Amino acid sequence: MTQKLIDIENVSVSYGQIRALTNLNLTIFENDYLGIIGPNGGGKSTLLKAILDLVPLNEGKMTYADTSLKKSNIKIGYVPQITEMNRMFPITVFEVVLSGKLPQKFQPFFRYDSQAIQDTLDTLDKVGIAKLADRQINELSGGEFQKMLIARALSLKPTILFLDEPTAMIDNASQKQVFRLLKKLSTEMTIVLVTHQITTILKQVNRLVYLDKNILADGDPLEVYNYMYRQPIVSSIMNRNTGFSEKEETL
Amino acid sequence: MIQVIMEYRFMQYAIISAVLTSLVCGIIGVIIVEKRLVMMSGGIAHTTYGGVGLGYLLGFEPIIGAFFFAIVAALGIGFIKTKKTGFSDIVIGLFWSLGMSLGILFIGLMPGYPPTITTYLFGNILSVTTFDLILMIVLTVIVLLVILVFFQDWKAHLFDQEFTKILGKKTKLMETTLMILIALTIVVLIRVVGIVLVIALLTAPAATASIVTKKLNFRMLYSVLFSLFFTLTGLFISYSINVSSGAVIVFVSIVTFCIVFIIKRYIIKRKQIKWAVK
Repeated sequence: MTQKLIDIENVSVSYGQIRALTNLNLTIFENDYLGIIGPNGGGKSTLLKAILDLVPLNEGKMTYADTSLKKSNIKIGYVPQITEMNRMFPITVFEVVLSGKLPQKFQPFFRYDSQAIQDTLDTLDKVGIAKLADRQINELSGGEFQKMLIARALSLKPTILFLDEPTAMIDNASQKQVFRLLKKLSTEMTIVLVTHQITTILKQVNRLVYLDKNILADGDPLEVYNYMYRQPIVSSIMNRNTGFSEKEETL
Repeated sequence: MIQVIMEYRFMQYAIISAVLTSLVCGIIGVIIVEKRLVMMSGGIAHTTYGGVGLGYLLGFEPIIGAFFFAIVAALGIGFIKTKKTGFSDIVIGLFWSLGMSLGILFIGLMPGYPPTITTYLFGNILSVTTFDLILMIVLTVIVLLVILVFFQDWKAHLFDQEFTKILGKKTKLMETTLMILIALTIVVLIRVVGIVLVIALLTAPAATASIVTKKLNFRMLYSVLFSLFFTLTGLFISYSINVSSGAVIVFVSIVTFCIVFIIKRYIIKRKQIKWAVK
């Protein structure tokens, strides 16, 4: 039987007056490759941040392998949205990925050991950006930056990887590369992916969740897609994303 | 000139304070520029005027008043910033003007007008007292130790705070510490360039360094060297022609920034043209 990794019970999160999530229940199982879709402002990013303990919960609780995040042996990797990052910061790709090896405690005059450096080089190689190691991050394209963030998350050796719109703002070729990489990684770890590219991930993920302040559909990707597609409000969003028009559909 | 330095204590103090200033400016300045905290630093600096005024009114060292006001302002603005309410800009403005008005109020309540008050507003590196110097040394050592001992942690934190939180670091502690370090740096700078001109010395060396090099640690190093050049040149010019040192230092630093910027642009352009011809 697959094991429960993260159990979200009755969770609500609000920013001031605005409710981002209301009484949400979700269980993430081991080896899930879970896609989260939904409209803008539907609380997708907030859900990720709540799981990562980056935003406080108003109600409800999260359990990580039947215990708290700190006590559990779950290691979380997180790939934030590019738009939230400072892309002008003076730091190299290698240094960014290496920072995943920082110890949890503050150690005076900390220096990375040779094992950490070797691991980082391996990770860069795995993600396919070994050539960019010494580049400053402000010289990177969107796709390269995204891969660097994935590499940084991987350098934590995570058991579960969260990605927040990893293919937003990058071109088609890079998108394909990122998805190919994720597919490969999904055999090694649990992945939770927030995205707007619904049609692309249908073939990728093994479970799909539609989120709009609460979970409106959860299950097999194709079924969720079809179920949500039949609803009139969502269909307009789907049309925009898939490029299908109403006309073609009726024809 | 060397004879003057050997002979007069105020000149020796001025040179030591130039070095101390450069060390903190170089390191904290780079952080302020990279984290876009320039206006916040301006806010903290101006808030300290309230402390200076209180010092004059109650008869204790004005710089001690400035120290406490700087800490309160840094923690106050820092706290509002973490709330992500979007009000931090407004809060900075309020602290900025509240500090100035309190200073003016306290000094207005005094009988007479303290003649040395302008040295706090516009700085005078030649009037640094022994007490000022000791305080500056202590604060500089604190700032340097905290940043350099935990440099790797700071680097990761400054680039992406959320990530260091996921690593399990105490990010709130780091953020509060950073605010306090900025406050301490401002207190060190007040005697040299003055409350009004602090922003210039926090940004010009770091900005000039950012044109020259891309690496964070080199940026800090170059920034220290640039600000050393600015403060010492400013000091000697102000001594020779007998004008306010703060104003001269700021003028020299901004002119240098412009020159370096133009040179860099010119060189890059020429390189690019050569490359295109090839």
